[in-house]
Amino acid sequence: MSFSQKFPRFVTGSVQLVTRGNTTYWVWLAVLAVLILSGADAFAAQVRHGLIVTAMRDQVSWGFYIGNFTFLVGVAAAAVVLVIPAYVYDWKPIREIVIFGELLAVSAIVMCLLFVLVDIGRPDRFWHLLPGFGHMNFPQSILAWDVIVLNLYFIVNFIVVTHILYRAFHGRHYNKKIVVPLVLLSIPMAVGIHTVTAFLYNGLAARPYWNSSILAPQFLASAFCSGPAILLAVVLLLRKFTRFEIQDEAVWKIAELMAYATFINLFLHGSEAFKEYYSNTEHALYTRYWFQGIGEHRTLVPFAWTAVLLNVTAFVLFIIPKARRNPVLLYTGCFATYAGCYIDKGMGLIIPGLTPDALGEIYVYYPTIAELRVAAGVFALGFLVFTLMLKVAVPILLGEFHGARDPRAAVTH
Amino acid sequence: MRRLLVVTFAVMAVAITARSGVLRAQAGATKPAPAIDRTVPPPFMQDGQTLEVPPPPFSDGIFPCSACHESIKPDRTRRVLTFHDDIVLKHDQDHRWCLDCHDADNRDFLHLAGGQRLPFDESYMLCGQCHGEKLRDWRVGVHGRRTGQWNGHKTYLLCVNCHNPHQPRFKPLPPKPAPKPPMRPIR
Amino acid sequence: MATEEMHESGISRREFASVAAAAAAGLLATACGNRRLYDIPKDKLRAAVAEMEKEYSAKYGKAVTVSDAGPMPGVVFAYALDISRCVGCRRCVYACVAENNQSRDPEVQWIRVLSMDKSKGIDFQDADPYYQPETVPQDGRFYVPTACQHCRNAPCTKVCPTGATWTEKDGIVVIDYDWCIGCRYCMAACPYGARHFNWGKPTLPSDQVNPDMHVLGNRPRQQGVVEKCTFCIQRSRAGRYPACVEVCPVGARKFGNLLDPNSEIRYIIENKRVLLLKQELNTMPKFFYFYGT
Repeated sequence: MSFSQKFPRFVTGSVQLVTRGNTTYWVWLAVLAVLILSGADAFAAQVRHGLIVTAMRDQVSWGFYIGNFTFLVGVAAAAVVLVIPAYVYDWKPIREIVIFGELLAVSAIVMCLLFVLVDIGRPDRFWHLLPGFGHMNFPQSILAWDVIVLNLYFIVNFIVVTHILYRAFHGRHYNKKIVVPLVLLSIPMAVGIHTVTAFLYNGLAARPYWNSSILAPQFLASAFCSGPAILLAVVLLLRKFTRFEIQDEAVWKIAELMAYATFINLFLHGSEAFKEYYSNTEHALYTRYWFQGIGEHRTLVPFAWTAVLLNVTAFVLFIIPKARRNPVLLYTGCFATYAGCYIDKGMGLIIPGLTPDALGEIYVYYPTIAELRVAAGVFALGFLVFTLMLKVAVPILLGEFHGARDPRAAVTH
Repeated sequence: MRRLLVVTFAVMAVAITARSGVLRAQAGATKPAPAIDRTVPPPFMQDGQTLEVPPPPFSDGIFPCSACHESIKPDRTRRVLTFHDDIVLKHDQDHRWCLDCHDADNRDFLHLAGGQRLPFDESYMLCGQCHGEKLRDWRVGVHGRRTGQWNGHKTYLLCVNCHNPHQPRFKPLPPKPAPKPPMRPIR
Repeated sequence: MATEEMHESGISRREFASVAAAAAAGLLATACGNRRLYDIPKDKLRAAVAEMEKEYSAKYGKAVTVSDAGPMPGVVFAYALDISRCVGCRRCVYACVAENNQSRDPEVQWIRVLSMDKSKGIDFQDADPYYQPETVPQDGRFYVPTACQHCRNAPCTKVCPTGATWTEKDGIVVIDYDWCIGCRYCMAACPYGARHFNWGKPTLPSDQVNPDMHVLGNRPRQQGVVEKCTFCIQRSRAGRYPACVEVCPVGARKFGNLLDPNSEIRYIIENKRVLLLKQELNTMPKFFYFYGT
């Protein structure tokens, strides 16, 4: 069979796979579709009226969109970093999960790029920063770096995933000469996208809250918490709803790794808090705004302490072997980590970084309905990409869907 | 502390009174005052720089002063005026009165402490007698407002265009509206 | 020029891409027409400016001129502001809005006057931009007007991902409103809150338009782009003082050529107590605050 015959079969087979499913599947897709349409509608209004439909203003010029972007870069990075133990130690149990990590990475990057797109004032001019078409201010602008590394990371992971699946579909093992170098490349790149994203904030002397050298390590640590948390949840769901077998050892190992990551994350946060509070310079203001509030402005305080509580809970649950082997506590731990990091790395990073503003003004930002709708749409689109990719990937990996057999036989989930 | 301040001010006041008394005596003694030779630029203009100033802000119809004063015999005794009662002197008024600056013999002129007559559009020389550092800064364009070309022709304002010589302190003025605070969108 | 060669190679890549991505062809066709003002050759710039004049004249119903005057040799502009004189009357704010065609609604103002407590000195955390007493100055307060500081080491131009903002040879930090993508990274990077975003569609009543425009200055801005003080580039490059300098009722604002030893600016730097805002950030502003007394 030549490529011209094989490839259309892969495509038609995939299409058939994603158009078949049980009620849960279709309800899930319907929910995502509604969210995407609502997001698209809100985005259309935003393009028409401008970002004035958001709550962002000159005082707080970045908000919910960029917060989500930052968080998702972490998700994208960490999902792949799990590859390290799999490949370096050739530890089989985790290796099975790697492909899901990469699928997650691809979806997360899609969301990242969409969040940047919906945040910019002139989305019609996005091509201005494409090298060759427009003008990229490289290497001065860290945002230029970020655009490059995020896209490269997306491409690398997309190639790896499609290659493995395509080969598996045709009943062949993936080409090690292609996959291993790319996977090995994607590991430093995962660290890279996260470091570059941290440097994006880190390099701004105007914002003391970000201008701390601990920011990049802390980004990585929190990514090692949030990424695996999502992955673990996905894996547990897969195990429940499909015939996909994932060994307990792998799940426990990931939970254990997350305990260490959570500890490091908390430790780095603590170091930063110590420095700010003990030295108590004028730069401590932003940390104080986050943890204590300034005057009557205390909107963020509950979020700050919730994040601390969630991260500590997750650490406790993951570090005790008995707890992490209990499915309910494991789920709780994953949720706590995810929520804790989401608060911490999203709004908890952006808003105190910009409040009080450069001239000392406090403008209390919280997202508008329009922002929430757009963001929900972006998330839904990312989840849709992830769902559809999983829908194809799982049968292939289970050997239920391959070039020789009718894809209709695949078990729906 | 407060007492010390009061004492200090009292001593200063006595000193200033004494000094201005001397100045007044000199001014009264010099007559007729030599007119300033206007063909020679003032000392700080010797680099050939021209100094364009707007006319002094006279009240309507008040100038030339000689129109009325021509027929009035100058009375050099310090007193409360019965005419010009719209002018309230709040400019070191304890030690100063009209004829310390206005020339008694030719009311269309001012005069310096040394007695030299000074046209009204060179009044900055008079101000500069006491406010020397202000005159210096004004000359280089650092005190007061300049308009025109940063690299060429400039217009200066006279001291009296901004400071009422009789009440030189700036009057408070109403500010323009404050910026609008950032507002969330109203739905 | 190197940029010219780069442009040539850019076209071939563009053609390749438009073949590859037929769906994006329309977009790319429009894309090829526009270029960054920074790269545009002199003659093409003049043509572009003439186009703008036509467009704006039609839009506002009056003869609009758009200057493309470049920097003068031997000139680096600098500004000085006497904080011992400023009374906080905000005349400068509104003179700037009128001169530079800022949006009236949503309100965009390039100058922000901060009222500060004399007993605390310059402390931004205690600054109040919204003071509105009957009269100014208020007892115990002093005023620090802020705007773009035209830093020699400008964090905003460094971070711009598309190179839509840069420092001209005469030291003015400018923005290409047609190239800015509105990512607002520059606003996060600016330590002086000097950059302002067009959150909504800017409104500019025709009867209030200042028709004397500069391509890098006060020409109308679009929704979704960043703008800021340009030292009134349309005036300063024509030898005139910026509008805020001429309107200040207390003469607190000074402007001139930093390279001219006889300028007011040089006199102030050499003879007065001068301070820079957030000097520790090493942004090296060309906006000096001084004590005139």
